[in-house]
Amino acid sequence: MLWCPDWPVTAARQAAGSPPDRPAAVLEAGRLLAVSAAARSVGLRRGLRIRGAQSRCPELVVFPHDPRLEARAFEPVLEAVESVAPGVQVVRPGTCAVRAGGLSRYLGGEADAAAAGLGSVADAGVPGARAGVADGPFVAEQAARTTNGTAPRTRVVDPGAAASFLAGLSVEVLGPLLGDPAAVDLLRRLGLRTVGAFAELDGSVVAARFGADGVRAHRLARGVDEQRLQRREAPPELTRVVEFDPPLDRVDQVAFTLRSTADAFVAALAAQVLVCTGLRVETRDDRGGLITRTWLHPRFFTAADVVDRVRWQIGGGGLAGPVARVDLVPEDVVPHGEQADGLWGGAPDEQLHRALTRMQGRLGHAAVGTAVVGGGRGPVDRLTFVPWGDRPLPRRAGDRPWPGQLPPPLPTTVLPRPVGALVVGPDGAPVAVDERGVLSAAPTRLRISGDRPREGWPADWQPIQAWAGPWAVDERWWEDDAAGRMARFQVVGVDGSAWLLLVDDDARWWVEARYD
Amino acid sequence: MFPPHAGLTSIEHVFDHSPVTDDPTAPAALLRAPRADRLAAARAAAGQADRRFGITTPGRPLETLPALAALLPGGALSTGAAYSVLGSVALATALLAGPSAAGEWCGVVGVPGFGAEAAAAMGVDLDRTVLVPDPGPELVAVVSSLVGALAVVLVGPPGPVGDAEAGRLAVRLRQRGTALVVCGRWPRSEAELSLTDGDWHGLGAGHGHLSGRLATVTVHARRTARPRQARLWLPDREGRVLAVREAARDLPVRPAATLTRSAAG
Repeated sequence: MLWCPDWPVTAARQAAGSPPDRPAAVLEAGRLLAVSAAARSVGLRRGLRIRGAQSRCPELVVFPHDPRLEARAFEPVLEAVESVAPGVQVVRPGTCAVRAGGLSRYLGGEADAAAAGLGSVADAGVPGARAGVADGPFVAEQAARTTNGTAPRTRVVDPGAAASFLAGLSVEVLGPLLGDPAAVDLLRRLGLRTVGAFAELDGSVVAARFGADGVRAHRLARGVDEQRLQRREAPPELTRVVEFDPPLDRVDQVAFTLRSTADAFVAALAAQVLVCTGLRVETRDDRGGLITRTWLHPRFFTAADVVDRVRWQIGGGGLAGPVARVDLVPEDVVPHGEQADGLWGGAPDEQLHRALTRMQGRLGHAAVGTAVVGGGRGPVDRLTFVPWGDRPLPRRAGDRPWPGQLPPPLPTTVLPRPVGALVVGPDGAPVAVDERGVLSAAPTRLRISGDRPREGWPADWQPIQAWAGPWAVDERWWEDDAAGRMARFQVVGVDGSAWLLLVDDDARWWVEARYD
Repeated sequence: MFPPHAGLTSIEHVFDHSPVTDDPTAPAALLRAPRADRLAAARAAAGQADRRFGITTPGRPLETLPALAALLPGGALSTGAAYSVLGSVALATALLAGPSAAGEWCGVVGVPGFGAEAAAAMGVDLDRTVLVPDPGPELVAVVSSLVGALAVVLVGPPGPVGDAEAGRLAVRLRQRGTALVVCGRWPRSEAELSLTDGDWHGLGAGHGHLSGRLATVTVHARRTARPRQARLWLPDREGRVLAVREAARDLPVRPAATLTRSAAG
């Protein structure tokens, strides 16, 4: 993540050609939106009224806020960064993200990669940019913002350290995520002054008070990095194209015409339970010129956001003639569960959501949810229970081969915790499996010895009709040496019940699952 | 949701079966009867109409796996009805598979070890299946609050459930258009499905692996005396549910002993 501090001021000053050492500020709706370093040193802050600012600093140069100008001025910076690393994504004018993976491997480290990015920005005539490296864009941006002006102006947050890094920051950084300026105020009034304090809250409490945005902010605050979150390929039919005939040369006209398409674009995503967090905008002029730019959004794109990005991109210049065509391509879409706007607008879904949330209020957040099948060998490992409203992610990726997994058909009852059992041979002694997988005797009788776990399960000794095994379970021996070697058996009793059993070194048996 | 004429036929049905003219409490006679009697008769008639109307309200047929559809009364799983399944979680899950694959939202309540992956192999869409593994002591209340939001709710062994409680839930099922599948006995269920003679294939004495089960599924419907029976692969080699022979057989009328047991339970 590369961040140019006070970008609105820098851009405006470049355009006006005013010297960099005079205090300057950009104004929006009578308040300061951004101030230069010189202005900050005399005590001016963002959000201050213009009267107050001028009384403190009479020589202050004030510029009006002009997002188009800022986007245009950022364009050369982006080109410079692109010359170092491909795939630059714009978060907003003044801030852009680059995938550090390839660059840091090439240069031998994340700090070096950041230095290269900063060098390219400096080459484009913008000194003083900062860089942050982290697992996800949110953490990276915060890392960039916590750097100070001295070299190397870079902060690297190690993988997995996101939560501890964020914990010390003020809750204000969550403001854009919560989507409601009053929310930060509220958090502060509740005594939660740092992100760390917010992260310690219980997830269901956050969901109840702050809704979907709060849940997302909470997740980020806990350092759940975005990279691990599944990104889905957007189906091509979600792309929207607008052609202008005759071509339009005014940005306002384009934006006005685009409005309804942007609405349809967001609605089509919402219909598939998706929201767009990365948007590629392609603009073409009537002479075949093409500008492509990818925009990221800290939350997700609403229709108004989409129009803004197109406006910025066209305002950024580069097209030789009037705009003939705009393509909106969703690059990063995420299944957004309940978070998306308008998703629960439909009557049955709304009713369902209400019923399930009510039930969560009664039984607890983790009591209601859906199951996701992931990877793994044992039937328990493969299932992940996802509480309603959380992102459906399996514990282990299912798209990799898992040699040695159970063949279908799979058991219909999978015990979350195995239940003790006794399996004996013809002599009445427990059947043991030695380290070479040789049985002490063929199993002939089975008894579920656990504390009567379920209705309808046999409690008495039962002769075994057919069996197969042992199938060695040599999983994760490096993690927990107490677990030892295990082996699986499939066993069918004379009453027609079929079981999946586990046995360990000491001939202790468990029922892992039942085929009923 | 219902075809436009459905309500009408049910009302006609009520009149067909109500012996209006021969009844001593017919309207003409009642006009001369004491006030309390008239009130009691009116209440009785209203109650009878309610019960009859409840029974004959055509629920919405849900998509059902072909192997099971032939066995069920009405040829499909129907909303507004409760089905009890004995002896097999797989059979109960298979009832869920048809509606779920057709895009309905389903729920599984009080089945702590629900084998979601096996269910998915039968056709259950896990994205649209809500699990409440541990609903606590108030099972019926939890189910009741899900009714209406979900098309089919699969309920684990419910323990003893009173007639009154079941009746209240039954009314809610009919009003909200939800089907209930219970793993265990349930008062006044539309049909009772049981799995017997399960015969696992593929496993020998120390070799092979389970590759499918042939089982007999018997359906005792509440409104027909004749149970229906079929031999099914439940599951087959890939975890699906298939009929061995397409046509389901009608059995001879069941003996009186069975009748009383099912009427009681």
